[in-house]
Amino acid sequence: MRSESAEQTDRAPGGLVERLVRDDVDRKRFLKLAGSAGAASFGAFVLAACGSSKKAASTAATTAGTATGAGSGSGDVAIANYALTLEYLETEFYEKVEASGFFKGATASLIKGFGSQEQTHVEALKGAVTKLGGTPAEKPAGRFPIENATQVAELAYTVENLGAAAYLGQAAKIQNPELLAAALAIHTVEARHAATLGTLVKKSITPDGAFAKPADMSTVLAAVKPFLA
Amino acid sequence: MSQMDIHTGAPDSELARIEVDGMTRSSFLLKGALAAGALYGAGAVTPFVSQAFAAGAGGDVEILNFALTLEYLEADFYNVKGKTVGLKGQAKSYAKTFGEEEADHVGALTTTIKQLGGKPVAKPMFVFPATSEKSFLALASVLENAGVGAYNGAAPSLQSKEVLAAAGGIVQIEARHAAAINLLIGQSPTPNQGFDRPLTQAQVLAKAGPLIKK
Repeated sequence: MRSESAEQTDRAPGGLVERLVRDDVDRKRFLKLAGSAGAASFGAFVLAACGSSKKAASTAATTAGTATGAGSGSGDVAIANYALTLEYLETEFYEKVEASGFFKGATASLIKGFGSQEQTHVEALKGAVTKLGGTPAEKPAGRFPIENATQVAELAYTVENLGAAAYLGQAAKIQNPELLAAALAIHTVEARHAATLGTLVKKSITPDGAFAKPADMSTVLAAVKPFLA
Repeated sequence: MSQMDIHTGAPDSELARIEVDGMTRSSFLLKGALAAGALYGAGAVTPFVSQAFAAGAGGDVEILNFALTLEYLEADFYNVKGKTVGLKGQAKSYAKTFGEEEADHVGALTTTIKQLGGKPVAKPMFVFPATSEKSFLALASVLENAGVGAYNGAAPSLQSKEVLAAAGGIVQIEARHAAAINLLIGQSPTPNQGFDRPLTQAQVLAKAGPLIKK
């Protein structure tokens, strides 16, 4: 896994490291992103990359637990790829849940619907990354504990709340208005999923109260790390 | 991105800042439009409102005042109307929680508008055509889903990143309310499927305008 990720970073055409070395504007923008994100692991990755050492960058990237294309590219591309990675994981998770057969009737229909919606998010974000001139992150291999209906529903509730917080954490950092509009449109759907699952597991629909809390990239990536195979 | 068209008029900040009885020009136009909506029906108002916002060129304070009006409406709906239609069980519990959260939004928007140097709009009078739990929840669904569309439609026009982040923290709550209410009345929690549709202010007024008395 580690070497694969390192290879991916190294062989990416017009990859991050090369671009950062070549392009001063890109580097400054990226540093700004890292600074504003206040993200320890992501920041370490970026800073290492800015030291123009491929090896350091790759190592830091893998240590960060991303082990995927999450955050690859800069600025909006990095944000869209990060979201894409999360959506890939959500889609895969729902596929596994659906396959488990734990849910019947109306609940099964809801779960199936949510899975399809995550898939449309994947497609939209892949399109967005390409449109922004980036390379869409590859689909990560997921690993999800699927034990019983209650555990799965609670995990889904956690995952959707995290997803909503992840989008909220990026919204103000997005530069491109179209990407912002798309992210907002997805953000509230993740929130709808989370609330629906909240009713299913008898947990709060609004666990943060009246104001939803954002989550930064490093927090989210650390939280999803156990779900990466 | 058509939801942003009404904001693409040239910035007209001087004009927008002219005060009419303590309100900015755009707020005044908005209030007039809302009143007209109640009188003549939302259809008659739509072109007028588009013009109002084109003339005012939006601006964070104008957008926030629009949001504040919607939050006033939602707060009154749950906290005042909600106490008169005999809500029981889950509906009663939602109305209590959601009403508190909408009131918190009113407080946050009022504070933010003041911080930006603006003047928060006064709370209008509302009239809610709900006489039972059933009609109350049906209207709740319309209002919460319109709220989501309103914030999502307006957010890309916000200039301040701080305000955008705050609006995001609020719209996520509106979406959660909308999903829960929809589930309760047997409707899809995701009526727009994977992507919530942004609404223009005119589209929001078409739904909320008739509820505003004055």
